[in-house]
Amino acid sequence: MSEPVIAAAVREITFGQAVREALAEEMRRDPAVFIIGEDVAEAGTPFKVLSGLVEEFGRDRVIDSPISEAGITGLAVGAAMTGMRPVVDIMFGDFITLAMDQIANQAAKVHYMSGGKLKVPMVVRTTLGATRRSAAQHSQSLQAWVSHVPGLKVALPSTPYDAKGLWKTAIRDDNPVVIFEDKLMYQLKGPVPEGEYTIPFGTADVKREGRDITIVATSSMVQVALQAADLLAPLGISAEVVDPRTTVPLDARTLVESARKTSRVIVMDEGYQRYGVTAELAAVIAEGAFHYLDAPVTRLGAMDVPVPFSPVLEDLTVPTPERVVTAAKTLCGRA
Amino acid sequence: MSRDQWLQMYAQMLRIRVFEEHVNELYTSAKMPGLAHLYIGQEAVAVGVCQALRSDDYITSTHRGHGHCLAKGASVDRMFAELLGKAPGYCGGKGGSMHIADQERGNLGANAIVAGSSGIATGAALAAKRQGSDRVAVCFFGEGGVGQGILYEVMNLAALWTLPVIYVCENNLYNEYTHYTETTAGDLLLRPRAFGIFAEEVDGQDVRAVHAAASRAVARARRGEGPAFLLCQTYRFLGHHVGDISRAYYRTKDEELRYKAERDPLRILTRWLVAERMAAPEEFARAEQQVRAEVAAGLQFALAAPYPDPGEVDRDVYA
Ligand SMILES: Cc1ncc(C[n+]2csc(CCOP(=O)(O)OP(=O)(O)O)c2C)c(N)n1
Repeated sequence: MSEPVIAAAVREITFGQAVREALAEEMRRDPAVFIIGEDVAEAGTPFKVLSGLVEEFGRDRVIDSPISEAGITGLAVGAAMTGMRPVVDIMFGDFITLAMDQIANQAAKVHYMSGGKLKVPMVVRTTLGATRRSAAQHSQSLQAWVSHVPGLKVALPSTPYDAKGLWKTAIRDDNPVVIFEDKLMYQLKGPVPEGEYTIPFGTADVKREGRDITIVATSSMVQVALQAADLLAPLGISAEVVDPRTTVPLDARTLVESARKTSRVIVMDEGYQRYGVTAELAAVIAEGAFHYLDAPVTRLGAMDVPVPFSPVLEDLTVPTPERVVTAAKTLCGRA
Repeated sequence: MSRDQWLQMYAQMLRIRVFEEHVNELYTSAKMPGLAHLYIGQEAVAVGVCQALRSDDYITSTHRGHGHCLAKGASVDRMFAELLGKAPGYCGGKGGSMHIADQERGNLGANAIVAGSSGIATGAALAAKRQGSDRVAVCFFGEGGVGQGILYEVMNLAALWTLPVIYVCENNLYNEYTHYTETTAGDLLLRPRAFGIFAEEVDGQDVRAVHAAASRAVARARRGEGPAFLLCQTYRFLGHHVGDISRAYYRTKDEELRYKAERDPLRILTRWLVAERMAAPEEFARAEQQVRAEVAAGLQFALAAPYPDPGEVDRDVYA
């Protein structure tokens, strides 16, 4: 596992390009890697993230599938158990529900149930995030579902750099990994080295250092947290933004250390708040930093409602920088 | 069928066509939030089937659902309002284009999960039977739906328990951006037939053929003879959704032009009506004027309508 050693050329590329680059590099490196999903080949997915891969790797390795999420995921489990490294593309995170038996009952359990004899090196690639006016069945952030099941690893990249590094680690991992990409982030640009690097799972990243309050945020919520930190600075509140990058494994240590330093914490994730990723993060921090905290950890997740279509309603359901600022001011006794 | 009934079907297909043209315009002028999947080209399927139904029969619909909703009797004003996320919309703005439900007319809802409503339609048929009514349920779905396992589970149940459900498969040739022959093995009709389900193939551009086949299937179901499957061969004239403008990488311009020129369901019906001397061109023009006025008024209503109250956001989560 290596962060970039030599000063490789660093360019600005988009999140989508970073994902594609990671996949292309891994497919060049390892002929066992292949992609299967709906409209992944010539269409390059509806978000065009995989455009160009079929031209380089052909239709045997970038496979357009029927609309059969359960079938292709199950097939990937079997192929992974027998020497391949499949990447299953599930177009919208909402549709992992259709593949959930294969993910939770098959992929997650094979290694353990076989007494460690069989392994399932596959990646499920899917999306999260609301506010695209796509309504209740195309807007959910279901990372809590898979984070709950032992045997699965879950990655939530929030920058182009993290996307490439986490993707390469995911493909090389011998376990089933689910990667969630924020649909609104595909055009986000950021520095990405040209050279080879991976980001080990279970290493949180401090996206911004601060003294007064810690905001732990995942995926789509990282940008929201950073914007909130910008708004808090002129109010004299210095916010630290910590991105766990993977929910499983979780880098509890970095989260707890930051919480001990600032003694006030907000945790954010775009999944439903109830029984969500934020609940686990809050508990881990409370357990590790209880005596250092000035106040209970504040959770900010999606409102516990099916995502409504109407923009005036949908915008109420997700955390915004303004809501983070309000919560931070309350925690810091400035409300 | 009387002349008036054919003219009514013409007006209904036209209502869908004009409604959808306005939806496209709302998208391109950035007045509509999100996307919509247009039904233009497939009008004869929804209209031919729904004209064979009573208003208390059930339908379930898909992401490409505006045509089904209108054909089952929804009004354009509240449809537009839903598409714009406004309070008077069919779902109070909570559903949007892909989730319109209209309970009063038996529309149990459009569905954004491919084949996601096949269980619902089959369950409605079970309820109709258990309740001793002679209602039937129609499940509209695209040919992409045959990729989903649930469809086979419920077809088995429907055949096993002789349920009054009609599976209407609209084969518009493409699962999004992939031709269905690249994703579908074997014969579509052999799937229902494997369960002993009565299955017919029809020209989905010919509303008369669709209506005749649907009437047969509905009559069987009402008599207690169980499920049926209609394979309607059709074509969507525009993109998979309103934003799908450059389509050359998955289908040729030529193919599109050929369907529009030769296989337009509206023109197929009007040509027949004229040839049979059942209607004169002026009558179509008059119908068109009426429909256009109705749709324009519906759109004005929706544009002027208020957005839902913010307090709506956490209402209706539980009954
Ligand atoms: C279970 C599921 N998988 C994937 C999608 C994404 N998707 C939306 S429409 C579509 C293609 C549907 O094709 P078809 O059923 O033939 O209907 P059409 O769009 O042609 O009307 C896909 C794959 C979805 N909505 N649901």
